[in-house]
Amino acid sequence: MACLLASVLTITLLAFIVGEILFKAWPAISKFGLGFITGIQWSPNREVFGVLPVLIGTAASSFLALLLALPLGLAIALFLSEDFLPPAIRQIIRFVVELLAAIPSVVYGLWGIFVVIPLVQKYGALVAAKLGFIPFLAGPAYGNSLLTASLVLALMVLPTITAISRSSLVAVPYALREGSYALGATRWETILSVIIPTAAPGIVASGILAFGRAMGETMAVAMLIGNSQRLSWSLLSPSNTLSALLANQFAEADGIQVSALMYAAALLVLLTLGVNIAGEAVLRRTQKATAGLR
Amino acid sequence: MTTEASQHPLELTNDFAPGESNFIKVDNFKFFYGKKEALHGINLEIPSRKVTAFIGPSGCGKSTLLRNFNRMNELIPGVHHEGDITIHGTSIYDPSVEIIALRRRIGMVFQKSNPFPMSIFENIVYPLRIAGQNTRSVLEETVERCLRSAALWDEVKDRLHDSALGLSGGQMQRLCIARAVASRPEILLMDEPCSALDPIATAKVEELIIELKKDFTIVIVTHNMQQASRVSELTAFFYLGNLVEFDNTRKIFTNPSMKQTEEYITGRFG
Ligand SMILES: Nc1ncnc2c1ncn2[C@@H]1O[C@H](COP(=O)(O)OP(=O)(O)OP(=O)(O)O)[C@@H](O)[C@H]1O
Ligand SMILES: [Mg+2]
Repeated sequence: MACLLASVLTITLLAFIVGEILFKAWPAISKFGLGFITGIQWSPNREVFGVLPVLIGTAASSFLALLLALPLGLAIALFLSEDFLPPAIRQIIRFVVELLAAIPSVVYGLWGIFVVIPLVQKYGALVAAKLGFIPFLAGPAYGNSLLTASLVLALMVLPTITAISRSSLVAVPYALREGSYALGATRWETILSVIIPTAAPGIVASGILAFGRAMGETMAVAMLIGNSQRLSWSLLSPSNTLSALLANQFAEADGIQVSALMYAAALLVLLTLGVNIAGEAVLRRTQKATAGLR
Repeated sequence: MTTEASQHPLELTNDFAPGESNFIKVDNFKFFYGKKEALHGINLEIPSRKVTAFIGPSGCGKSTLLRNFNRMNELIPGVHHEGDITIHGTSIYDPSVEIIALRRRIGMVFQKSNPFPMSIFENIVYPLRIAGQNTRSVLEETVERCLRSAALWDEVKDRLHDSALGLSGGQMQRLCIARAVASRPEILLMDEPCSALDPIATAKVEELIIELKKDFTIVIVTHNMQQASRVSELTAFFYLGNLVEFDNTRKIFTNPSMKQTEEYITGRFG
């Protein structure tokens, strides 16, 4: 009963928030329509609002963060779920990774400013000088860039990936491992051909949920990404994300710009909800599938 | 892979004589889980191409002995053994014996079927793939051969690429038998293979066991006395980590020499 009440309350609250955003966004939605999504100019002074570069920046930074964090997160999850290391050391690693989730976003932002930005400036310039002919690596290497934001985001989503991947690896029934060994498989053959494929849906879900987290991540990204709405191929150039755009512009916005930002917020909510629902759906299906193996 | 394996001391296919009386020889074998001694000096000779049943009350060490034949028990931390087990004259603990090769020569079927969450086809060719065999025609041949010998071919031949998890419990267990014979082992170990199956599926697996003994040396652990008497030629009765009696199945079930055996098979304990 209490459970039902709580869920009704949550749904009402969600509907209320979405409704409020849409209400505030309505002037911009009716004025700019879909042109808002396809437009590449964002200049509040001329009342021109297009978020395509920001959408691209959101997708690119989240994707890049995932690309960096997934292999690392999966490797950590594997070492936490297998017994290559003594239990005490595994416990420490697990604790440290969980701790990453507890660090406030703004602290990641500060760390990014003091540590990652100088590194990206220094090595980015070297790379751009040598490999600048590749559009992704073209200079100049600004410190505030898509790459900087993605590197920090990767660290921020690592706990999500590790925790969910680990639990899906642990959930693989021992009987499958035993079956594989009995057929003459080695430890690594068993891990690569049986354990990881069996846990794969959970690992995919961890990636989707991490992607959702990265998309919505605000403070650290706003501090690091450079807040530029100019389209650029280079990872070393400043970019922007929906959440960083909102955080950076809302305080000084008025008139139609507020409404345009609300429109952007509505898109952000739509995207993160969609991604999270997809992730949860995959996770549910995984749990059902492995339940069938017991 | 085949050529490599045939130089191996445990590759027995070529020179192995059917009806060899001491094909698997257990020699004063003791097994310890940590400090706990689970088997107290077992001596046993298992003939080739026959079905040998292990019976006895729960916890008497049947699975422990069975799981030593392919050294599966070594996966458990803190175990050790004394004495020896030889197969066709070669100690399975000989330093030249590779555990991987040993397990490939010995198929194992578990109490609870454990198909991998892949297609029926991929389940069966799994042992071939890990041995580096990826030739389409070889894989297809193997799948048909194994499914036929597990009496499953007709039921699944039209859905080989469907998930194995869509099969019934009995079909899954027969799939696991098919998978266990894919690498052409000489020995098939079965630990209560029917205990999770209904009577019809059980009857099918029993028929299969009788069929398979033409090609394999089978050792089966069972709690079902009727099953032991139906499928096996020889029966070993274990009690508290000791081998109490080992003889022809008919003798064990009609005229056992030991009083404990008689009490067990007539259901007075265990
Ligand atoms: N992994 C283990 N760790 C410690 N002791 C174990 C382990 N596995 C089995 N044993 C012990 O070894 C003894 C023999 O067990 P085993 O599983 O071989 O018996 P079993 O005859 O197969 O019994 P069942 O008919 O119940 O399957 C038992 O006392 C059991 O508690
Ligand atoms: Mg047992």
